[in-house]
Amino acid sequence: MGSEEFIFLLIGLKWTVLLSAVGFVCGCLAGLAVALARTSGMPWLERLTSAYIAVFQGTPLLMQLFVTYYGLALIGFKLDAWEAVAIGLTLHASAYLGEIWRGAIEAVPRGQTEAAKALSLKYVSRMKDIILPQALRISLPATIGFLVQLIKGTSLASIVGFTELTRAGNIISNQIFQPLTVFGIVGILYFLMCCPLTILGARLERRFNAAHAR
Amino acid sequence: MIGETMITMSHVEKWYGAFQALHDINIDVHKGERIVLCGPSGSGKSTLIRCINHLETYEKGEIRVGGILLGNQAKAIDAIRREVGMVFQQFNLFPHLTVLQNCMLAPMRALGVARAEAEDRARTLLARVKISEQAEKYPVQLSGGQQQRVAIARALCMRPKVMLFDEPTSALDPDGQGSAGYDDQPCRGRHDDDLRDP
Repeated sequence: MGSEEFIFLLIGLKWTVLLSAVGFVCGCLAGLAVALARTSGMPWLERLTSAYIAVFQGTPLLMQLFVTYYGLALIGFKLDAWEAVAIGLTLHASAYLGEIWRGAIEAVPRGQTEAAKALSLKYVSRMKDIILPQALRISLPATIGFLVQLIKGTSLASIVGFTELTRAGNIISNQIFQPLTVFGIVGILYFLMCCPLTILGARLERRFNAAHAR
Repeated sequence: MIGETMITMSHVEKWYGAFQALHDINIDVHKGERIVLCGPSGSGKSTLIRCINHLETYEKGEIRVGGILLGNQAKAIDAIRREVGMVFQQFNLFPHLTVLQNCMLAPMRALGVARAEAEDRARTLLARVKISEQAEKYPVQLSGGQQQRVAIARALCMRPKVMLFDEPTSALDPDGQGSAGYDDQPCRGRHDDDLRDP
């Protein structure tokens, strides 16, 4: 495999990183909204969000990307493959992150909410200052774990013809007939993306635990 | 010195499902009064005082705090909670904030007090409960008695007219109850509170 092929892989890598970043950032914002809706105390909102989560957790990501790309086109939104995939990944991430954070919010002891209420803190301040900081710390391992999944999930974008890292690897491998080499390198590239995340996660956990050290 | 009526409960009743926890409660609490509710476990002491700051709701009767009728309207609940401070059995300090931050948060967020003044207030009250040297520590690093003192200071930072204490020393061992520095001096003569100790 020569340098031209390797550069082609790196271009695929670039798209994978971009997609993962957009999927995660937008997924986080949407996921927070989902988690807050799910714990809002308003039954209709909670049920609606539950259904949303069930749909996105109960169907394959591959299918979700497919439906986002072709479905949106069918109802008149002609999007780039990359935009459709970004939207699909965001919705997917928002459901999973929403559920992870919902669990974490509910894991924060009730006494914390009661103390905050007794101090006459309103909902926004209660969430922002008391509950969410604790919930996010609780959810850190699961959140990082999901983010790693998301990076690998971007490989499914190839179904809508998007050339991210896995597809790039496929194309090269079909050209030079060295699947082991090519996919070996692709695997290493994925690992190099995911590894820093796990290290970052461990570092964050250690920093948060400093507040709990005796 | 007994003054105006701070809390009125008339014919208050509360149910948990089919179980009636409060039967026809009638009580007036005046400024400067200290009231202790004694009774066996499960007799409704916590329920009663938790109704006062709307941590529990009630089904019948009327509760007025500082003249404001306590119902389900958010405005009334907010106004009442600003005037009522509470110290919990489990302390419920915020574990991710330092002792000082625990005390500063509510005045800044709920009362709009400026940071410098909130810090001033917090340090003064921490000194009053004799725990100034722990200001930069996290709650998990403190003993039970120390945490309880921080909880008291935190509630007092809001300058409430009423203080509620929900079994404040039951989570401490018998020696610890002394180390909570449990005397009412910090509250006396300053904010015209009345204290309620179950």
